[in-house]
Amino acid sequence: MDRIKAIIVKEWREVFKNKFIFFTVSFLPLMITALPLGILYFATGSENFGGVTTADLPPQFSTLCGELSGGDCMLYYIVTQFLLLFMMVPVIIPMTIASYSIVGEKTTRTLEPLLVTPVSTLEILIGKGLAGIIPAVSATWIGYLLYAAGAHIMVDNPAVVGKLFDPLWMTAIFVVGPLLSIFGVSIAVMISSRVNDPRIAEQISGIFVLPIVGLFIGQTMGLILVNQQFILWMAGILVALDSILFYFAVQIFQRETILSRWK
Amino acid sequence: MNNGPIIQTTNLSRSFGDILAVDRISVSINPGEVFGLLGPNGAGKTTTVRMLAALLEPTSGEAYVAGFQIGKEDQKIRRQIGYLPEAPGLYDALTAEQNLAFFGAMYGVEEISRQIKRYLELLVLWNSRHEPVATFSKGMRQKLAIARALLHEPEVLFLDEPTSGLDPQAARLVREFIAELSGEGRTIILCTHNLDEADRLCDRVAVVNGHLLALDSPKVLRRKIFGRKVVFHLLEVKADFEQVVLPFAFVSEVQVVENKILVSVEDPEKNNPAIIRALVEAGAEVQFVGELRRRLEDVYLELMKSAEGINYG
Repeated sequence: MDRIKAIIVKEWREVFKNKFIFFTVSFLPLMITALPLGILYFATGSENFGGVTTADLPPQFSTLCGELSGGDCMLYYIVTQFLLLFMMVPVIIPMTIASYSIVGEKTTRTLEPLLVTPVSTLEILIGKGLAGIIPAVSATWIGYLLYAAGAHIMVDNPAVVGKLFDPLWMTAIFVVGPLLSIFGVSIAVMISSRVNDPRIAEQISGIFVLPIVGLFIGQTMGLILVNQQFILWMAGILVALDSILFYFAVQIFQRETILSRWK
Repeated sequence: MNNGPIIQTTNLSRSFGDILAVDRISVSINPGEVFGLLGPNGAGKTTTVRMLAALLEPTSGEAYVAGFQIGKEDQKIRRQIGYLPEAPGLYDALTAEQNLAFFGAMYGVEEISRQIKRYLELLVLWNSRHEPVATFSKGMRQKLAIARALLHEPEVLFLDEPTSGLDPQAARLVREFIAELSGEGRTIILCTHNLDEADRLCDRVAVVNGHLLALDSPKVLRRKIFGRKVVFHLLEVKADFEQVVLPFAFVSEVQVVENKILVSVEDPEKNNPAIIRALVEAGAEVQFVGELRRRLEDVYLELMKSAEGINYG
């Protein structure tokens, strides 16, 4: 446990001195929190909401509104649109940190002295993984709480704001978020083993964010509905994916392989 | 307490695909010995050290370090050894103290602050402990990497090119430190291209080029390869002086260079008086007598030249 803690602290000391990583970790959640709050601000100030009925919304969504009026349902629709946007934070941040951490160790040749110590491969991976996951999940949760607080100030109807604390959001933020972080770290470990430039590792890892972007676009266009069932499916798939990917990440990250084959 | 060799390898080999990097190396290293591993680039020195440091598994053969078998008891080996790789591999963004604290945690060192202070002071880095390593000179980095390798007080220390690229002052400090460590009874395995350094520091050297070419103390290797040559400085060399020395049974070769006669003999301590007597009787005025000392570099180059044929082990 002491070794894992030491690895996490070391990673943070190293990576947060990198301005690019610091910018990604701080600016991305801020932007993803500010953007929906801004839209919500303009939406609540709009007079057009008075005449909105549930018939104006995608039919599958209006079923989620329950007792809410047309205008409030529209606000809830806007609020929920950004759920998937929040899901990008726990993937991108650990990918960035893990890419820089692992490729950085390769390029500065710091892995060899580390691998000669009695630290186990699993301890290294858990330490490096948590160094990415902890800030990512924290940033997601803080961003979500800021968003909820902002929505509480801007939206009059407590029933709409209350929807931000329903099981859909809770599962998404507190279960799917960490699972996505593990996914991001595992992908970054595997890609980092094959490249020598952290930016390339990050760019390739970035491809794996596209499905979430796709879901966000699909949801915005009314093609898919992000409801409780959808999020539970997502969580289930991620548990399976994370297990497989982490297994492969550990297999790739072998002392012998790193020293003799990692180029 | 292990009374036998601290490192024992038997036909230790390692291939990378079709390339045979290390070919059946068998050596036995005693506790407290400073053992040099010499050879050209690509000779398998680093691969050998990496195998002994439990970083690479051998393709065949076996090795024991501090009584533990490599490939089977690697974690135990890692606790017993310190390793300075060719590149110091320090974390630039961290301070010297943070670097050592991190590795102290990896080794599970209990009194880490005391150990950090001890080695930073010994290596004259204590005043720079709060500075980021990125600001360190090459010599300071190398010293810090040596401190890192020693934090957990290992029995065996592997040093891969410890003075490479250092200025003479820093290199001297590192060499003196290695000698000091050897005095503490640690076993040191030194990979180096600096043959003068190996000559000064090592009790024994192994010359490798994929396989083992020679293994012995620098002194014995010199004798094995070049024999012993004595230089007689004379006031004047006359034509018949060569014929005066050559008939001795213990003399294998005589050369005349300016006012010097170079004589290859079996045992100078025993044979010199007879030669001096014969020269004086022949009218020579002997000014100085001394043994021609071959450098380890000459031994090394000779070994490399004859690598195909002769085994001096």
